[in-house]
Amino acid sequence: METVFTPWEALIGGVLIGLSAVMLMALNGRIAGMTGILAGLVPPFPKDWGWRAAFTFGALAAPAAYAALGGRLEFGVPVSTAAMIGGGLIVGAGAYVGSGCTSGHGVCGMARLSPRSIVATCVFMAATFVTVFVVRHVIGGV
Amino acid sequence: MKLLTALISGIVFGIGIAISGMGNPAKVLNFFDPVGTWDASLLLVMGGALVTTFIGYRLLFRMRDKPVAEPSFAIPVSRQIDARLVGGSAVFGIGWGITGFCPGGAIPVLAIGYWEPLIFVIAMMAGIFLAMAGDRLWKGRNKPVPLTDSHATGR
Repeated sequence: METVFTPWEALIGGVLIGLSAVMLMALNGRIAGMTGILAGLVPPFPKDWGWRAAFTFGALAAPAAYAALGGRLEFGVPVSTAAMIGGGLIVGAGAYVGSGCTSGHGVCGMARLSPRSIVATCVFMAATFVTVFVVRHVIGGV
Repeated sequence: MKLLTALISGIVFGIGIAISGMGNPAKVLNFFDPVGTWDASLLLVMGGALVTTFIGYRLLFRMRDKPVAEPSFAIPVSRQIDARLVGGSAVFGIGWGITGFCPGGAIPVLAIGYWEPLIFVIAMMAGIFLAMAGDRLWKGRNKPVPLTDSHATGR
């Protein structure tokens, strides 16, 4: 499934993601890492689950409102439902055990020059490149 | 107050993900396929986010010693590079490569009218829950670096 190179949307979206990370630190004193935030929304719920729910709700409500008002977002899923379920399980478990994902390690941690985050980001980016290569060019799709 | 500020930060995050294409698995997977249908957009997403956060954090920590709505900044202090960090990250990368979804990419597209993000997020939350349950079973043997604990200061 081909997609078009969208440099301006990518850059503007990226800057907004960064701005959100700076805002959450300036206002709530927190790292804007989605895995860490979501880990506080499963049992046993920590005491500070409220801000996590608020952040998560804002993140999903804004694009949902845009779509509900007739806006269109480019979206395509070139993988099977079984792969989505299995892949989802290991994304959740892996990102939790590795203490973060693209937002927590890749953006916030890298911006702090955290050695853990730099290592984690290099590892997961490399693993993703290898996985996509194997899935697409060795196995031929999942 | 702190719910409102988190909500606004979340809205900005969601708009950023939606505009950037990070919530579109087809686009994300194409970034990781340089020998196939390559789409370099993600490089600019991550670059734009990283540079903005790098500059923003530095200005923020120079200007303020505490956040607006909380008594202190909560910043991870661990510097330990261990098997958990590397292994967990590798597993996460494999899952990202299979699905094209990372946690921050999936949440903003959860309710834009497709069922795949819903399937993914349910599975991902189950994955987080199971990993946490595993941690509790192993407690003491292999102390995890906490992701959800209280405030620790340090930069």
